[in-house]
Amino acid sequence: MAETETADAGSSGLMVRNVVYCGVCTLPPEYCEFGGTTKKCEEWLQQHHPDMHAKLYSAGPPVYPPPTQRSQLTTVAITEVLEANMASLSVDAQKRAEKDAQKKAAKAATQEAKEQERKASAMVYIKRIERNKRKYVTAVSGLEAHGLELKKVAKDMGKKFATGASVTKIPSGGEEITVQGDLSDDIFDWVLDTYGDVVPEDNVECIEDKKKKGAG
Amino acid sequence: MFKKDITAGQKSKVKSSVQRGIRTKVTETYPLLAPHIDEIMPKKEQLDLIKLPDRVSLYALHSTPLFFQHMDDALLPHLTLVHRYPSCFPRIRIDRGAIRFVLSGAALMAPGLTSTGGRLPNPNAKAEDEKYGKEELETGAPVVIEAEGKEHACLVGVLKMGTGEMKEKKKGVVMDAGHYLGDGLWKMHLD
Ligand SMILES: [Zn+2]
Repeated sequence: MAETETADAGSSGLMVRNVVYCGVCTLPPEYCEFGGTTKKCEEWLQQHHPDMHAKLYSAGPPVYPPPTQRSQLTTVAITEVLEANMASLSVDAQKRAEKDAQKKAAKAATQEAKEQERKASAMVYIKRIERNKRKYVTAVSGLEAHGLELKKVAKDMGKKFATGASVTKIPSGGEEITVQGDLSDDIFDWVLDTYGDVVPEDNVECIEDKKKKGAG
Repeated sequence: MFKKDITAGQKSKVKSSVQRGIRTKVTETYPLLAPHIDEIMPKKEQLDLIKLPDRVSLYALHSTPLFFQHMDDALLPHLTLVHRYPSCFPRIRIDRGAIRFVLSGAALMAPGLTSTGGRLPNPNAKAEDEKYGKEELETGAPVVIEAEGKEHACLVGVLKMGTGEMKEKKKGVVMDAGHYLGDGLWKMHLD
């Protein structure tokens, strides 16, 4: 990250920078203060890029203080860094900015809670369907609720199992992945191996569709 | 331009003749980028064209967004490209107070650039501000917006008012349909 914090080499124009983006809000970390997830952002940065965290949040010169404030800022802590920056706004604007940030934080928090709840209850079903005597297809539904891109997953499944896998519309309006062959158990394992970090094991269930015959 | 979340539309391969045209246009619009064009758009690699809402086209290389264009307007760089090649685009700077407005998608107003924290082209600029150029930028010029106290740019778009006029009037809309940090284009994933 040394290069991230280097100033533009004057006007040379011959510099390519590797940029670090926040794992929480996706912005460059110096902009995290404007989102509603500042606290999480800070934790993330501390964990993943401690050196950057030290520069942005703790004592020591901030990465790019405005020239007028540079001298005062060299030895203050984060809150003071931010406060000093805030001082350049009028008192009114400051209040508004503060309110703004609070609102954003609250909104982000409720949104996240909802999202968590939704994900926690979203089931993924792997269903074996008899297509013909002794011919099966396996339908996988519900992955999209965990933020997975069905098209991509289908493609990967097709490759992994050397079979046909496609995204098909279902009558209820959504989409599911249809894989040719009886692969329920393999898909179950593969989903957890590949996406275990986003799809909890308890949320994946194998079911069997015994259409006409059979006791159900 | 991208206030709402967007989903990528149809993706298609760009013909090599068209691809050559884009390279030429990019280097014409951003001469400072010319030395890097082979890294950014290698001749032999396949560019993709992704259709976005409101007649915006996005050009991408292996799922990395590079430039976007509204109809036949100027090709504008995606902010991740700006972040990688910050010194290759014309740029000006807003003051700290304007950042939160920009990040919420509001139109950029002249006072954000003419205040003490802002920077516009200035033939007598101090060394540290020389990067903001010496010559005025005209209406219609594509420009990158940096921010006071920040290293990376937060907005890119086309000027609705020349920088000379901004200095004179000190008010009015400067840019109203740009691509900013955290907008739909920023959040969109290509793969
Ligand atoms: Zn963040």
